[in-house]
Amino acid sequence: MAATVKVITKPPRTLADQAYIPAIAQGLRLTMGRFFKNTFSAREDGEIVTLMYPEETEAYPERFRGIHRLTQRADGSPRCVACLCCSTACPAQCIHIEAGEYGEGDPRHGYERYPVTFVIDELRCIFCGYCVEACPCDAIRMDTGAHMPPSTSRDHFLYDKETLLSLPGRDGSYLTANPRHEPGDASHPAWTASAATDTCPPSGGVFDFY
Amino acid sequence: MTTGLLLLTTALKILFILLVTVGAFAPMLVWAERRQSAMMQDRIGPHRAGIMLPRGTAEMLGATVAPMRFGALAAGALGAVVLFVFACAWAIDDPELVPGVSVLQLVQMGVGLLVLGGIMDVGAKIHGMLAANGGNISLAGLLHPLADALKFIFKEDFIPPKADKLLHSLAPIVTLMPAIAVFAVIPFSDVLYLEHWDAVVPRNGVVDGEATAIPLQVANLNVGVLFLFAIAGTGIIGAAIGGYASDNKYSLIGGIRAASQMVSYEVALGLTIVPCIMIYDSLRLEAMATWQHDNGVWGVCVLPVTIAFVLFFTAAIAETKRIPFDLPEGESELVGGYLTEYSGMKFGMFFMSEFIEVVGLAAVAAVVFFGGWDLPFVYRDGIDLPGVWDAQLASFVMGVQYSPDTPGIDATGIALAHWGILALGVAGFLAKIVALIWFQLLTRWSLPRFRYDQMMMLCWKGLLPAALINILFTGVIVLLGEPAMKFAVWSGTIVVVGSLVFFFLPALKRDTRVAAPASPASPVAH
Repeated sequence: MAATVKVITKPPRTLADQAYIPAIAQGLRLTMGRFFKNTFSAREDGEIVTLMYPEETEAYPERFRGIHRLTQRADGSPRCVACLCCSTACPAQCIHIEAGEYGEGDPRHGYERYPVTFVIDELRCIFCGYCVEACPCDAIRMDTGAHMPPSTSRDHFLYDKETLLSLPGRDGSYLTANPRHEPGDASHPAWTASAATDTCPPSGGVFDFY
Repeated sequence: MTTGLLLLTTALKILFILLVTVGAFAPMLVWAERRQSAMMQDRIGPHRAGIMLPRGTAEMLGATVAPMRFGALAAGALGAVVLFVFACAWAIDDPELVPGVSVLQLVQMGVGLLVLGGIMDVGAKIHGMLAANGGNISLAGLLHPLADALKFIFKEDFIPPKADKLLHSLAPIVTLMPAIAVFAVIPFSDVLYLEHWDAVVPRNGVVDGEATAIPLQVANLNVGVLFLFAIAGTGIIGAAIGGYASDNKYSLIGGIRAASQMVSYEVALGLTIVPCIMIYDSLRLEAMATWQHDNGVWGVCVLPVTIAFVLFFTAAIAETKRIPFDLPEGESELVGGYLTEYSGMKFGMFFMSEFIEVVGLAAVAAVVFFGGWDLPFVYRDGIDLPGVWDAQLASFVMGVQYSPDTPGIDATGIALAHWGILALGVAGFLAKIVALIWFQLLTRWSLPRFRYDQMMMLCWKGLLPAALINILFTGVIVLLGEPAMKFAVWSGTIVVVGSLVFFFLPALKRDTRVAAPASPASPVAH
């Protein structure tokens, strides 16, 4: 099949085009109109789009991937079972986990493990969200809706387990939206109301840096 | 005039020029350029640089806002009432309407109260600005130029290792000096008669006796316009040797571009202003302003000069190497052109000379095309509004005897002392400069850069023939004499008023946006 070529005739250049002046006048009029409108109307009813950044912030979209948090069970322990799925899935290799066994007598002993250390290097993270996808326990989420606060040292961007546990989700909760029937969850038979907590653990939060 | 007085006044005039250009206009321009561009693009622009005030100052001042607002409102209302009483008194022609208070006092009280209200309102507004910036003094971003200047002074002055150090250091000075020297021949007000400074000078400007006439202009040259072009042409050297001495190919290309562009536009610039010289019959800039004052018409309203203004302004913007014609710098093509290897205060001097050239261009255009210090209804002996009604008003307020037969300022206007008229002239001149600078910035932020061949074509095939034809046209008008001049003034006025209406009327109207058509359903389901 032969290619069909659509010939578009070049619009002729009129004297007005050649003289530049009408087009320039039109352009100047447009910009001048914007100038007067924005100068003589208050910022609220003008069309100024500038945001006074540190005081005002733009709301991030609902699915914005912010800094990570580790979700808690109803008793405040980390939901993470140290299966290393997230650190395996991580293309930037920014998650470091050391797994540990629960002690003898603990209802979770022999049932699951827990992270002794859980460190995310937020400077290395590319915020792809693969860790959240990989997690079988909904233990790691990126729904904080916040970006990293700036700091003066690279060390401050190594978020440890306590820091990650101390970050609430957008709805202010430290729990997950998908409770499971596991020790420590309210739906588990061994759960006791006295251990219930949805508060920040006593460890230092990420915003203590400054 | 004694030599001592001559030296003293000249020094004062130079000081004034430097204060206005380098001291006030150049830093203000740095701010205005960013600010105006931001406002055109729906942004705010520089506004965060501020002087930190002690914590709690804004809160402390916050307590004064409500009383200040109330005071402004009360003073304004009271002033309006007083002025209304005055209007009633005038309407029924009874100066004794309020016993014991003359109508002059009524006007003074009313205006005074309104001004007081305005000041209090400004006070409340200033607090609002303070509070908006976290209690810091930001002056709407005016401190940014100051921060810029500090940065320029303390930045490292880097000279490329294999650059020509002498020429590299000389170039900014060679660029800055002519930019300032242009102001030597620009008159910023009428002639000052030192002995009559607080008297009313007759309308024709002829004073009795041996009065010391001091022209408010640094150098009263009889080749004013030629000096202007000669000096402006010197600016080429700075850009050219700056580009050559930097040991950088981008700089070299920029320097060459600057030289060829400025030499080309120098020709067009010189020819575009010839019609003005023919109409005003002088090369002196103060004679040009005086011609416009004496004939009661600004040059821009005389048809050949109207055309000359458009051509001159275009050529002059090219001569200052600013945006539609900024090919010597052209940062998207040449990194920074001849400025590439400059930093610190040397770059600052290039930068400043560019802004001073903008002010200089505005000043020259104000003198040649907009009457310089001439203001409508302001004469050498006072303000003279046309018509009889204001004469009646003046006589009613001032108690001056009014009779329709009385000629002169006493009957139809307000006499002003010599110094007052001169101050008005300076203020008017500065206002015109500000307006023309504003227009230059408008074009700078509206128009995209020309291609190099387009720019050269515009000069040699556009401006140059147009200027020559305009000279011919002017010659015909000058030869035909009085009736042709009348035609020129009328048609020029119509053109100017028409273009102003075309420009400003739709601009002030609120633009009506057409709602964007609903986007078609996304082909990708999510």
